[in-house]
Amino acid sequence: MRTLRWLRSTAASAVVAVAALGVLGGGQAAAQGKQLTLCWAAWDPANALVELGKDFTKQSGIEMKYEFVPWTSYADRFLNELNSHGKLCDLIIGDSQWIGGAAENKWYVKLNDFFDKEKISMDDFVPATVVGYSQWPKNTPNYWALPAMADAVGWTYRMDWFSRPEIQSAFKAKYGRDLAPPKTYDELKQIAEFFQGREIDGKKVYGAYIFTERGSEGITMGVTNVLYNYGFAYDNPKKPYQMQGIVNSADAAKGLEFYKELYKCCTAPGMTNAYMQEGLDAFKSGQVAMQMNWFAFFPGLYKDPNVGGDKIGFFVNPAGPKGHFTQLGGQGISVVATSDRKDDALAYIKWFAQPAVQQKWWQIGGYSALKAVVDAPDFPKSAAFAPQFLESMGIVKDFWAEPSYAQLLLDMQKRVHDYVVADKGTAQQALDLLVKDWTKVFKEQGKEVASQ
Amino acid sequence: MTTILQPDHATMPGVSTPAKSRDARRVRGLSDRAIAWLFVAPTIALLLAINIFPLIWMIRLSFTNLNLSMSYLPLRFVGLDNFRDILTDEDVWVRLQTTAQFVISSVVLQVVVGFGLALLINRQFRGHSFWTTIILLPMMLSPAVVGNFWTLLLQPQIGPFNHLISLFTGVPPSSFSMTGQVALAPWTIVLVDTWMWAPYVMLICLAGLRSIPDYIYEAAEVDRASAWRQFWSITLPMTVPFLMLAVLFRAIENFKMFDMVNLLTSGGPGSTTELVSISLKRAAFEKWRTGYSSALAIILFVTVFGAANIYVKTLNKVKQR
Repeated sequence: MRTLRWLRSTAASAVVAVAALGVLGGGQAAAQGKQLTLCWAAWDPANALVELGKDFTKQSGIEMKYEFVPWTSYADRFLNELNSHGKLCDLIIGDSQWIGGAAENKWYVKLNDFFDKEKISMDDFVPATVVGYSQWPKNTPNYWALPAMADAVGWTYRMDWFSRPEIQSAFKAKYGRDLAPPKTYDELKQIAEFFQGREIDGKKVYGAYIFTERGSEGITMGVTNVLYNYGFAYDNPKKPYQMQGIVNSADAAKGLEFYKELYKCCTAPGMTNAYMQEGLDAFKSGQVAMQMNWFAFFPGLYKDPNVGGDKIGFFVNPAGPKGHFTQLGGQGISVVATSDRKDDALAYIKWFAQPAVQQKWWQIGGYSALKAVVDAPDFPKSAAFAPQFLESMGIVKDFWAEPSYAQLLLDMQKRVHDYVVADKGTAQQALDLLVKDWTKVFKEQGKEVASQ
Repeated sequence: MTTILQPDHATMPGVSTPAKSRDARRVRGLSDRAIAWLFVAPTIALLLAINIFPLIWMIRLSFTNLNLSMSYLPLRFVGLDNFRDILTDEDVWVRLQTTAQFVISSVVLQVVVGFGLALLINRQFRGHSFWTTIILLPMMLSPAVVGNFWTLLLQPQIGPFNHLISLFTGVPPSSFSMTGQVALAPWTIVLVDTWMWAPYVMLICLAGLRSIPDYIYEAAEVDRASAWRQFWSITLPMTVPFLMLAVLFRAIENFKMFDMVNLLTSGGPGSTTELVSISLKRAAFEKWRTGYSSALAIILFVTVFGAANIYVKTLNKVKQR
């Protein structure tokens, strides 16, 4: 009898437990209906976005979930997700070079109708970011993303070292000019040579930090800053995809040689496979006088207790003999076509595009591309690096954004790393081989590639 | 006289007679063979789903132009074009050479070190178990951990490895980079792989050494054979099959090596340590050249499969001897 009673009570408890689980499950399902997943890279601005997103949740009741992946596997991870039509991301802040493939493969929702309906005008955003992050085909009014995070390559330097009288006088004695942030790459190399191996505060320091990473995009994102300014272009503006004599021009080869010289003369030992994080580490540990890196990291560096504040200075990518450009970074925010919550995702974009939200975005560590924010009279004074950022966004150039960008990028990674780090062949040979590689890729893509 | 009592199946409760079992089977309509298949079927289905089907699918894709980053392009049958492209691509041959150099160097070194360690560990000495555990530790680590761990150890400015070399040679520690210099990087990946996997070879060799009966050595002692003679005439010949097995396992594993090298050097500097598996990963999951990478995977599979088959046949011959 007792056993029977025990069985009955156990069964009743089980029913109650199952019912409770059901209710909880149901509740979770309801909450999931009001949840959006945003995918991006794991870096400083992503933390700022989490902070910003709390306002969206407060206003809309939609919970934000984030999927942040380190830069080195960011492209692999999310392109795989998009390729496989996965449902992990409702919103994605995809790299600028993905836009062609994302549009052609219909991974992103086209936003033209939404922009028209919500009166979001692309004229309100910095033109370079609209072309770089939103449009495909480029320079046509077809929008696949809202410019979310404006970015470019810039430089930081140790202002405290530059301002020391003994260093200044030693520099002037050697080069006959004042030590100041460089305006040209020749000046930069001089300064880097000057600091290389010098002892400061009892510690050996090095001249410059530049990108050399092999696996993803590092060395390409570094070398292009020099190549553009030495006359390199991706193709003939009058004949699209005609690369012979443009990509591998004598000027471009000189630019590549210069990057190698800079790497050999003035970087810290062991920087053979280094990208953003290694640069930050080198600068924060007081190892280098100047650092190439993305503006996205500059708010964090400015706040650093050891090297930030009045110890750090910023300058725009220096000019070269053939021009003054810098590498575009940054991303646009898009709605993933396979998402089940497209309406909520669009609501997020509508909220994100508001001037007040963009203003806050800039204030907490993101980089707004909204003209109302960056063209405001007080913007240059709003942060120590704001004037350089503003100037940089006016001179940006981007890598190919074709659907085949990944192949084009990896080919360039290989050819440049082979020459710069592995000492294989000459600069001219490296660029000749690059033209050969890229021609093959474009032909596979069905493009007509003129040889001359 | 012992009387063996046979159990009476017909009268024992719960035990059916053969006649009854046959009836039961007839009722269910399942033969012994069918029941056997029923049990094996889930395993076979799983094997087909996760091994055979992808293999057949990959073979099919290898004859197409599929590129997942341009999946909007029409899928075309390109015949043997992918195979021709691979076999005529100078870069692929360079990658295969790099892989062969890595496999040969690392396996030779691992066999020498592993066999040497096995000879040492095979003796009884104080702290024997402790040292055995210490030696086995590296192979218990994940290759990703090993890659990151050695990246730090080999860092030219703060890594202890360069300082250790500097201590013995007087060369400034930051004047060379083990992972960043063309001359050193290939040896670095061999070194790290040997550090990790020589203990595994040691274990296999130890099994071989322990399988040699003591009486053979005793007979050799009686014949006054020197230790050196005993090694060459007894120890080495009798552990050769084990060594060959270790070579087979390590060669197959190192031919597929990806994770550790990718973390240590990313295939660099330049393409100096770009093994064929790294090339394959780049083609398949970074460039998204699915058709091309499927063809490359098939070529590699056939190469490893063929070489392993020849090797196993040789191993069997050695065992028979």
